[in-house]
Amino acid sequence: MKLLKFLLLGIVFGVIMTKSEAVSWYRIQEMFHFQSFHMYGIIGSAVFFGALYVAAIKRFQWKSWTGESIQLSPKEMSIPRYLFGGTIFGLGWAMTGACPGPMYTLVGHGYWIMLVVIASAVVGTWTYGMIRHKLPH
Amino acid sequence: MQLVIEQILSWISQPWHWAFSGFMIATTMFVLLMLNKSFGMSANLRTMCSMMGGGKRASLFDFDWKTQRWNLMFMVGTAIGGFVGAHLLASPEPVQVSQATVATLAEMGISTPQTLAEGRGFLPLQIFNFGALATLQGLILIIGGGFLIGFGTRYAGGCTSGHAISGLSNLQLPSLIAVIGFFIGGLAMSYFFLPMILQL
Repeated sequence: MKLLKFLLLGIVFGVIMTKSEAVSWYRIQEMFHFQSFHMYGIIGSAVFFGALYVAAIKRFQWKSWTGESIQLSPKEMSIPRYLFGGTIFGLGWAMTGACPGPMYTLVGHGYWIMLVVIASAVVGTWTYGMIRHKLPH
Repeated sequence: MQLVIEQILSWISQPWHWAFSGFMIATTMFVLLMLNKSFGMSANLRTMCSMMGGGKRASLFDFDWKTQRWNLMFMVGTAIGGFVGAHLLASPEPVQVSQATVATLAEMGISTPQTLAEGRGFLPLQIFNFGALATLQGLILIIGGGFLIGFGTRYAGGCTSGHAISGLSNLQLPSLIAVIGFFIGGLAMSYFFLPMILQL
């Protein structure tokens, strides 16, 4: 089935998240206190290699493996939504030590309490959906 | 042959170097791009709202969630990968954060596991447990924290994967603004609010 490859890729990603320790609450506190290069090294090198991959796709006009052109559309510039949304997310990130990817990963570790965090996150997203027309974008 | 496999597994079970981790994350994003998808973990939160009928209540959720099944599969895979990484490729020691961090956390009453018997170093179970949901501190951190993540990521249109990795790799200024926001919030919480919350 065509969805299987996404499951397999996700499994690899969950292993990466775990072995990199990016899903560790302690590592996130360490990051926000600037007490180690580790997390900055991970994000920095991910952006470094990511930028090379994206540049290669653009430079060599690579098509997707199914022959379509790859979507790399630029985002519309705005300050409020990215700054306010980002700050709100950052507050939550430092509290739980997890952003969405790590939340799913930690469920796999067996930390069932993360299911409550995920449920609360869904409620947060739902709330945003309901009130977003009232928020600056 | 079995010895070779054992040696490879034991080597891969060591905590990974940050450069290798970063390369692997970027490669994950690349593979998704080559499959004509995008690397964005918070999108699943929106999809779950749509699956629950949110489309009738808000335009944000008014889309065919089945088009996002690939990302839901990726999310499920991520959880399975977490199991594999944590239990089949387990590190021989808990996560080794810096001594400075151990001291900072100790000042806030959080102990950092030094041996596997004390914990694995991924989640401080003294604060993240079901019993904590009956305390103000637990409600703030678990429910409040989750809520802020769900609200903030959708407001910003992405989280670490969507903005810090994908957006910055594509040299998007909006993503840089988002990442600056992530850090304003994260720093304010870590330095200012979290110590207070942990006093509750």
